[in-house]
Amino acid sequence: MKHFAKFFPLIALAALVFAPLGQGNYIIYVLCSWLLFSVAAMGLNLTLGYAGQVSLAQASFMGIGAYITALFQLAGYHWIVGAPIAILSTFMIGLLLGYPALRVQHHFLAFVTLAFNTLVFLVLRNEEWLTGGSFGLVGMERPSFFGVSTMKQLPFYYFSLVVFVIAAAKFAWIINSPWGRAFKALRENPIRAQSLGVDTKRITLLAFAIGSAYGGAAGALMSPLVQFIEPGSFGLIHSLKLLLMVVVGGAGYFYGPMLGAAVVILLPEFLRFTEGYYLMIYAALVIVLMVYSPSGLIGLGSKIAARFRPQKQTRKDMNQGAQL
Amino acid sequence: MTELLQILISGLSAGAIYALAAVGFTLLWQASQTINFAQGEFVMIPAFIALALITKLGFPVWLAFIAAILLSIVFLGAVFKRLVVEPMISHGTLPLVIATIALGLLLKEAVKEFYSPLGQPFPGLFSHDTISVFGAAVSFADIANFVVAMGVIAGLQWFLNKTRTGRCMQATAQNPDVAQILGVDIKRMVLYTFLINGALAAIASILITPVYLAKFSNGEVLGLVAFIAAIVGGFNQIKGALVGGLLIGVIDNLSAVYISAEYRQAVPMILLILIIMVRPQGIMGESEGRAV
Repeated sequence: MKHFAKFFPLIALAALVFAPLGQGNYIIYVLCSWLLFSVAAMGLNLTLGYAGQVSLAQASFMGIGAYITALFQLAGYHWIVGAPIAILSTFMIGLLLGYPALRVQHHFLAFVTLAFNTLVFLVLRNEEWLTGGSFGLVGMERPSFFGVSTMKQLPFYYFSLVVFVIAAAKFAWIINSPWGRAFKALRENPIRAQSLGVDTKRITLLAFAIGSAYGGAAGALMSPLVQFIEPGSFGLIHSLKLLLMVVVGGAGYFYGPMLGAAVVILLPEFLRFTEGYYLMIYAALVIVLMVYSPSGLIGLGSKIAARFRPQKQTRKDMNQGAQL
Repeated sequence: MTELLQILISGLSAGAIYALAAVGFTLLWQASQTINFAQGEFVMIPAFIALALITKLGFPVWLAFIAAILLSIVFLGAVFKRLVVEPMISHGTLPLVIATIALGLLLKEAVKEFYSPLGQPFPGLFSHDTISVFGAAVSFADIANFVVAMGVIAGLQWFLNKTRTGRCMQATAQNPDVAQILGVDIKRMVLYTFLINGALAAIASILITPVYLAKFSNGEVLGLVAFIAAIVGGFNQIKGALVGGLLIGVIDNLSAVYISAEYRQAVPMILLILIIMVRPQGIMGESEGRAV
C-alpha cells in the first residue's frame, strides 16, 4: 500500500498522458476543462481545506485571470506574457481579500468573499470599454510554443496537462513545506499556532493569495481553451460549484479537488442519459454525502477501507490532525 | 421631493419583505447555528407551489396561498430540519453550509426541469392601483405589502416575547444547556423555529413574487438580499434583521435611481463589506464575543 501511494502520481500521470489518445475532439475538450477546474479547485483547497479559510470567490479569480490573459492576448502579446501577469495580479488581489479574514471568520468571511465575487461580476459586466460587457471577449488565439501550435485540441490538452502538472507539483511542494504545516496549524488551532511562533497573520494572507493565484492560473488556461469569455462564467454560482468540488472530493486532501472536479466535469459526460437531471442528482448526492462523510469522497473511501483493513492501533497522542 | 418619497415608500415595501426572509434566516442561526444558503430558494419555492395548485389543480387563489404556506411549513420547515439539518448538525458548520448550497441548487434545478425555465405571471393579493400620498403616486400593493410584512414581524415579536412558548424558544436560542435544565423541551423549540422560518419564507414569497415574475432563479437575488439584511442589521437580533431589511430595500431603490442602474447591486455589497469590517455584529447587534 505504501509503495502504491509512492507510485500513484506516476501512474496517474501516465494515465493522463494516454487518456486523450484516440478520443474525439469533444472528449478532449472536456478533459481540458477538467484539468483547468482541477487547478482552480486546488487553489481553493489550499485556502479552505488546508488553511481553513472559507472563500466563496474562487470563480471571480478565474474571471480576473481569464480577462487579464485575454486582454493581453488580444493586444497581440503571447500567452506566456499574459498568463504570469494574470497569476501575479490574482495573487495581489487575493492578498487584499485576505485582509478581511484577519478580522472575521467562518460565515462572515464567507459573506465578504461572496460580496467580492458579486462585485467582480458587476465590474466585468458593466465596464464595457474594457471587458466587452455582457458580450464578453472573443478571438483569443491558442498559443504556440517553439513552433508547435496548440490550435488543435490534442496539443492544447498536453499544454494544459503541463500547466496542470506544474501547478500540482508546486501544490505538493507547498503543502509539504513548513508553510503547508503552518496552514494546517492555522486550520486546526489558530491560537496554538500563534503561540508556537507561526505568524498567523502572514499565513492567512498567503493562504488567500496563493489560492487565488491558482484561480488566476485556471483562468489563464480558460481564455485560450474556450476562446470566448463572458461575465456569466464567473458568477457566484460558479464559486459555489467550485466550493462543492473541493468539499465533495475531500477538502484538505491532495487529490480531493481533482476527484471533485472529475465528479462535476467528467461524470456528466458519462451520465448523458440523465440529461437535465444530472445537476439535481448531483445536488442530492452532495447532501447525502455530507450526512455520511463530511470529509468528502476521499474521506468516505478511507472510511470504507478502514472497515475492511486490519486495525492498527496508534497511540492516541500520536494522532495527527483534528486534536492537534 | 415627491420622487424621493415615492422611492422611499417602494423601498420600504420591498425592504419589509426582505426583512421577512432575513428574520427567518436569523432565527435559524440563533436556534441551531444553521446558515441556510438555500433561504433564497425557500422564498422562491412557495410561489411555485401556489402556482401549481392554481393552474394544475384549479385551486382558488386564496386557498392556494394558504395551502402553499402550510406545505412550506411542513416541507421547508419540518422535513428540511429532519432530513438535512439534524443528521449534519454534529459535523459542524461547513458541511451544513455545503449541504444547504446543494439543496438550493436542487430546488432551483427541480423547478427549472419540472415546472418551467420561463418566468410565470403570478397573481397578486393586492391591486396595483396607485393612490396619492402627499403628492407621490404610490401603488396600493406596495403599502399593503409593507403593512402585511410588518404585521407578521410584529406578531412574531409578540409571540416570542409574550407567550410562554416564545420565551422558551428565546431561552433555547440563548443557552440551550440552561434551557434544558430548566425543563424546556429544546428539540421542540428548535423545530418550532424551523416551522416559523418555513412560514415566513412562504409569506415573503407570496408577497414578493407578483412584483417580479415567478422564476426559478428568483432565489439567487432574494437569498443574497436576505443574507445582507441579516448581517447588516445584526446576525443575532430579530430587530436587526428588520432594520437591515428595510435599509437594504431603501438603499437598493435609492441607488437604482441616484447612482446607476448597472451598479445598483453593488451598493448593498459594499455596505455589507463595510459593516462586516467595521462592525461585524451589525448595526443593532450585540457582540457575541469571539476567540481570536
